[in-house]
Amino acid sequence: MWKWLHPYAKAERAYQLCGTLQPWFGVISLGLLLTGTLWGLAFAPTDYQQGDSFRIIYVHVPSSILSMGAYASMAIAAFIGLVWQLRMSDLYIVAVAPVGIGFTLIALFTGAAWGKPMWGAWWVWDARLTSELILLFLYIGILSLYNAFEDKGSAGKAASILTLVGSVNLPVIHYSVEWWNTLHQGATISKLEKPSMDPSMLWPLLINLLGFGLLLGYLGCLRMRNEILEREKHRKWVKTLIAGSPQDAF
Amino acid sequence: MHFNSFTDFIAMGGYGFYVWLSFGFTFVVLLALVVSSLRRASQIKAEIFKSLDREKRITQAKEADLL
Repeated sequence: MWKWLHPYAKAERAYQLCGTLQPWFGVISLGLLLTGTLWGLAFAPTDYQQGDSFRIIYVHVPSSILSMGAYASMAIAAFIGLVWQLRMSDLYIVAVAPVGIGFTLIALFTGAAWGKPMWGAWWVWDARLTSELILLFLYIGILSLYNAFEDKGSAGKAASILTLVGSVNLPVIHYSVEWWNTLHQGATISKLEKPSMDPSMLWPLLINLLGFGLLLGYLGCLRMRNEILEREKHRKWVKTLIAGSPQDAF
Repeated sequence: MHFNSFTDFIAMGGYGFYVWLSFGFTFVVLLALVVSSLRRASQIKAEIFKSLDREKRITQAKEADLL
């Protein structure tokens, strides 16, 4: 497997791979998000307890799960980068962190807009909400730390270490609704148990979840390519690539 | 269609403000991420193209001097 994976550690190959995957991720994600959102907003039945406010779940749950998924992928990249000294993983962390910030903001904001009608408050200092807020600060911290270094080698190493250390926050977010008494409701979908939701409500949620996941893939590829070009702009392969394409294509 | 009329759909059983606020915010953030990333892509390619162009002109000027 190592023999197969190793070429992708090279900038040029990684750039090409991202370029191949990016349009697929983009198109499929757009289709799924449109389907899931329309289905969730207009066709799913109303919740018997929460009325139509429950429809916020179709953006809240996917963005929350993927805000943690993006972080988990960054932590894996950080580990690989620190152990095998791969520069591509530093670039991955910087490329994905802003997407993580976006997803976390969505999770917090839609959570507030759901909490106001259901709990009577936009914000409470509850375990789930607070740990998700810490996730936002972690993302911002990782980016700031990376940008604080002049030397990009040390910048990548420092950001990777912070990413790894911060990953203790992930299980805290996940189990916060079980470990502490909280206002936040328990998990709606889980890997091991039967989902606590009717299929007519569950399908649009799963579609949007996959849509958000592929959007993360699309943005990850696009931003990863930007980082690679930026970092490798004096290399020969970049020069041939750019010189070979017509300027109005940009 | 779950709702009887378009007005019902917008009202969301009285929760319209919160539901549309959430979906609106989500849309704006996701759009901002996509647009800024795409813009950065064309920006950086244009920058590299410009510096390549400059390099080419410098070498041409040097060659012209030598002749």
